Amino acid sequence: MSTEYIIERQHRFSLGLKELIRYRELFYFFTWRDIKVKYKQAALGFLWAVLQPLLMMMIFTLIFSRGLNVHSEGIPYPVFALSGLVIWNIFSSGLLNSANSMVTNANIIKKIYFPRLIIPMSAILTALFDFCFALVVYIGVILYYGHHTDWLRVFYSLPISIILTVLTTFGLGTFLAALNVKYRDFQYVIPFMIQFLLFVNPVLYSSKIFDHGWLVWVMKLNPLANAINISRGAFTGMPVDWEGVGLSFMVAMLIFFIGIYTFRKTEAYFADLA
Amino acid sequence: MQSVLDIQHITKEFIIGGEKAPYQSLREVLSNPFNRKRNGANLKFKALDDVSFSVQPGESIGIIGRNGAGKSTLLKILSGITPPTEGRVISRGRIASLLEVGTGFHPELTGRENVYMNGSILGMRKWEIDKHFDAIIDFSGIEKFLDTPLKRYSSGMQLRLAFAVAAHLEPEVLVVDEVLAVGDAEFQKKCLGKMNEVSRSGRTILFVSHDLSAVSTLTRKCLFLERGKVRCFDTTSNAINQYTSTQARHAIHIIPAVPGRPTVTKVELITSENGSVHGFGLPLGFEFEIEMPEAEQRNMALSVQVFNHLNFPVLYNWVFDIETPILRNKGTNKIKLEYPALSLYKGNYYLRVHLAETKQKNKFQEFDCCPFEVEMLNRKEPEWGWQENVCQYFDTASWMIGGQAAKLQSPQQL
Repeated sequence: MSTEYIIERQHRFSLGLKELIRYRELFYFFTWRDIKVKYKQAALGFLWAVLQPLLMMMIFTLIFSRGLNVHSEGIPYPVFALSGLVIWNIFSSGLLNSANSMVTNANIIKKIYFPRLIIPMSAILTALFDFCFALVVYIGVILYYGHHTDWLRVFYSLPISIILTVLTTFGLGTFLAALNVKYRDFQYVIPFMIQFLLFVNPVLYSSKIFDHGWLVWVMKLNPLANAINISRGAFTGMPVDWEGVGLSFMVAMLIFFIGIYTFRKTEAYFADLA
Repeated sequence: MQSVLDIQHITKEFIIGGEKAPYQSLREVLSNPFNRKRNGANLKFKALDDVSFSVQPGESIGIIGRNGAGKSTLLKILSGITPPTEGRVISRGRIASLLEVGTGFHPELTGRENVYMNGSILGMRKWEIDKHFDAIIDFSGIEKFLDTPLKRYSSGMQLRLAFAVAAHLEPEVLVVDEVLAVGDAEFQKKCLGKMNEVSRSGRTILFVSHDLSAVSTLTRKCLFLERGKVRCFDTTSNAINQYTSTQARHAIHIIPAVPGRPTVTKVELITSENGSVHGFGLPLGFEFEIEMPEAEQRNMALSVQVFNHLNFPVLYNWVFDIETPILRNKGTNKIKLEYPALSLYKGNYYLRVHLAETKQKNKFQEFDCCPFEVEMLNRKEPEWGWQENVCQYFDTASWMIGGQAAKLQSPQQL
């Protein structure tokens, strides 16, 4: 006889990794569906993934560099802004997608079982897919400005940035996704939160403006700020703040586990609540 | 033999707070963080109450019961969608569930893409879908539209594609909710045939349906749930018999009118007694109200069947517009059918009403309603009483013994 499955109320916490591996193909299918659906009806299709960061860069350059004359650590402002924006976009679209993912997929959740974590995870994978296009724009802009670039540093700093960002996004995303099922208020809270965080993080301005004692520590602990600084450093030549990377990595891990824990704790009841 | 499914003391409680939405608003929690019993109306409702049964490999089980009896909750627990409050289920095989056809279908994706999406949500691996792909498309009959977005499909095509995917699942246990209620008669037949095939191949099916004839053809054993409790777990015919005999006896069946479509909106059964009990040999009437969207619609046909508790039709009657003009008025049309002295034998029966159009062969409605019971009221009992299930029809006849009329066998009135 084949394996025994037991269905009962979960008393102990588990990550459910075994199950996730069994259903691994669903990651691919959910991500693939979201990407297909996102670009299918658009006449310009995937071009949007390129245009979006490009347009954002142009707008911010206009406002912050030409208009407000923001200090950009000695590199061309478009390169400066884009180095922050590519990381920021993983976070903002990943968070928005994953936090709403359980509600938008409620009809599926109510009718079929599979590990629920797949849904917010795929939402972030979709954001990473867009990131790949943004990266092309990013490299294009760097080459265009011909600024001195430490390519070796780009090579190792980008993965670190992505890991920090994805961990944070995933933690916060699953946390909010779980709360969103229970309290629909979060549907309205999340867009505000993302706007707020855009201005709190050194996406459009340099983190050097924070030179007060406690603010420096906040920046050191902030995984997003570190992710942006470390990848930006490849152009500005600002040394890597390894202490900050280490500390914020721990913060990111903490957020990641709190998110998954909350999600796993409540996921069994999603079908009843959604 | 070891059972494939062991359902042990399953209880599922829901907390109902009156009219409140199942999800909460943050404000409610923030404004009253210490009061766990919000709104003071934290009523607990047991959708399932200590349900236990076990299923042997290869057995097909029907699950019947009225709306709200807990059938769907039971299926959701078996599918792992929602956990039981108490008790547990031990399954010795993979359970796949089909609570809805086309879960995860997306209108923007093509037919081909949806097969993969839906298949993988249902728990199929990609290679399994690849393997069955041709068979799925063949079964659905939509090969021409494979690369057309689903939103351009008719609802019938979507349904066929969805069922085709589900039909190629190969789990040890298949849990099926009332998914066949949709779709035309031909499609339903195809689905039932496929499910029959599945159950004969030694896999287990748990099947919920209101269609008792589907349940009785597909399953040998039935679980009859009533208000979350197991009323009986027995052979299908016994369970169905118990079910029909406890059904609420609504002599009047009301259906909301469908705009722009001929609809039977009301069926009233006029039995000789109250509570849908009919005395043998007495006049039985059927009254129909039919809503017509426009006047002078031709070729309408109304027919009614009486089924017995085993879902066999025992009586049929009809009225066709081509023979007798009917339903020519816009709005409500009334039609009555009367049997002056119905000789149905004692037992439980129900009606099946058909509304159709004969020329284009449009079937507008087919539904079951008005269960009733025939009793041998005020009839002289034979020595051994009026036994059940000896016949459906009883009429006067005379016995000739040695060429002499010996006895007139007739249910004499007292």
